[in-house]
Amino acid sequence: MKKRSIFSSSRYRLAKSRIFFYGVCTFSFITLAPLFLILWELLKKGYPQFHPGLFLRVAPTSMEAMLARISGDALPGGILNGLTGTLLILLVAILLAIPAGIWVGIYLAEKQSQPQARLVRSLSDLLQGIPSIVTGVIVYIWVVKPMSGYSALAGSVSLAIMMLPMVIRSTEESLKMLPVSLKEAGLSLGGSYTSVMLRILLPSAFSGVFTGSLLAVSRVMGETAPLLVTALGAATVSWDITHPSSSVSLLIWEFYNDPNLAPLVWSSSLLLLLIILGINLFAKSIAGKWKIQ
Amino acid sequence: MKDRLFRTTLFLSSCLIILLTASIVYGLITQSLDAFTHFGFFRFISSSAWDSRSEEYGAFPFIAGTVLTAVLSLLFCIPFSFSVSLFNGEYFRNRKVSTFVGSIVDLLAGVPSIVFGLWGFYTLRPVLVNMGVNEQGFGVLLASLVLGIMIIPYASSLSAEFIAMVPNELKEGAYSLGATRLEVIRQISLPVAGSGIFASYVLAFGRALGETMAVTMLIGNTNNVPRNLADTGNTMASIIANQFGESGGLKLSSLMAIGLLLFLITATINFIAKYIMKIVNQ
Repeated sequence: MKKRSIFSSSRYRLAKSRIFFYGVCTFSFITLAPLFLILWELLKKGYPQFHPGLFLRVAPTSMEAMLARISGDALPGGILNGLTGTLLILLVAILLAIPAGIWVGIYLAEKQSQPQARLVRSLSDLLQGIPSIVTGVIVYIWVVKPMSGYSALAGSVSLAIMMLPMVIRSTEESLKMLPVSLKEAGLSLGGSYTSVMLRILLPSAFSGVFTGSLLAVSRVMGETAPLLVTALGAATVSWDITHPSSSVSLLIWEFYNDPNLAPLVWSSSLLLLLIILGINLFAKSIAGKWKIQ
Repeated sequence: MKDRLFRTTLFLSSCLIILLTASIVYGLITQSLDAFTHFGFFRFISSSAWDSRSEEYGAFPFIAGTVLTAVLSLLFCIPFSFSVSLFNGEYFRNRKVSTFVGSIVDLLAGVPSIVFGLWGFYTLRPVLVNMGVNEQGFGVLLASLVLGIMIIPYASSLSAEFIAMVPNELKEGAYSLGATRLEVIRQISLPVAGSGIFASYVLAFGRALGETMAVTMLIGNTNNVPRNLADTGNTMASIIANQFGESGGLKLSSLMAIGLLLFLITATINFIAKYIMKIVNQ
């Protein structure tokens, strides 16, 4: 009888399989750690600075912060200009990207394999892969330079370009998931193509589109690099889209670079992260709840 | 009439995407033409000079820094993202615990780059300093570690889907022949899902190439080719973020040229990944 090596014994093979399983579990749980470590760090350092003034006052100048530090006071000011700036830039970006994205998504879902649809689909994938700083540079070329100045609008355009592919993709995917019979029923009842598309199919796909758009918004909310070369930043609250504007992420960058303002970095990052994670969780929960059966 | 209008607007909206892409490429090319004609394409990408006094610019250190950090970050991310994808796609497919792990890892993708940068700067950098990597802690190693964490969700969620798509019949066949779980994974799941997994890592690599803020905050921002892991450097994205605001003329054009190169590299990488996935899906 041939002697069997220990390596082919079933006990050895099972042990190896089990060890691998434990390894996978360990590494998977280690992967969960960074998110909690980041949250913990921000909570620990940012929570003490959470006070109403954070939302009511604009960011202090380096000088004010230094004087406050020398006299031992708490840092004056908050991030009001960043909050309003983020709100303004995001609102305009949403107005630019979501209607256009939904429209292109409908087009792609309708013309599934036409040459032009395939081209548009690949280009949308291409747009999604563009590094955020390159988007910023492009908007600098096409918007900042012709307008001869940095502006909130330029920031919105760069964020809109980043949102567009995500909105397109989620619209297309959720329209494709609808049963064909829905469209056929609408058309057979005498509905025009337009009203079937816009009043039956699009509302049925609403949850997918809405979730996708929310995720897109949360993804671009914390973007800093493109805003750095388009919106630039501003020291005061400004609602004019043709003027430079600040954003929470730009303020974080400012605080990070200025040792006098460094203490503010934590509360603003904490706020930004909580908002973004909140939107993410909200989007996921409605995606589960509104799923079409 | 209304229908025709509707169809026309749909068609026009799709043309918008084509126009947008075309204007992106056109804008980048025209703006970087100055640098390319002045230095010559090959000299520009192979020169290590970056001097605003003598107006000498080259992209080589940044290309090297970008590739080095991206490759390293991919190496760092593989053990973790691979484990997560096996955990979610194979061991605990469709179970509550995998939904939990999957959504936590997905949330990691939502953390802004600048927050990752802060965390790397204030938490990870002191650790590296204590370990004696280098004096300041800044450098390729720090940047790649943080980048590695940032790309885990991109690599793991896609490859988990590919692993979960492996037909059950194949796996059951192997089990019935007496294979252990590990043997099924190694000899059935991975070969079947292999190209899909590869594609998702290519996509994650593309992400790592283009990350800006976190890298800018951590890599040290020196315009040299990094000699070792502890060395400081700069990536294509970080040099643009760092110097864009203060530049004009030839320097601005050189930065645009770097942007164009970065765009071309990431577009190629993404195209390769999408191409592989298309083949897999057929």
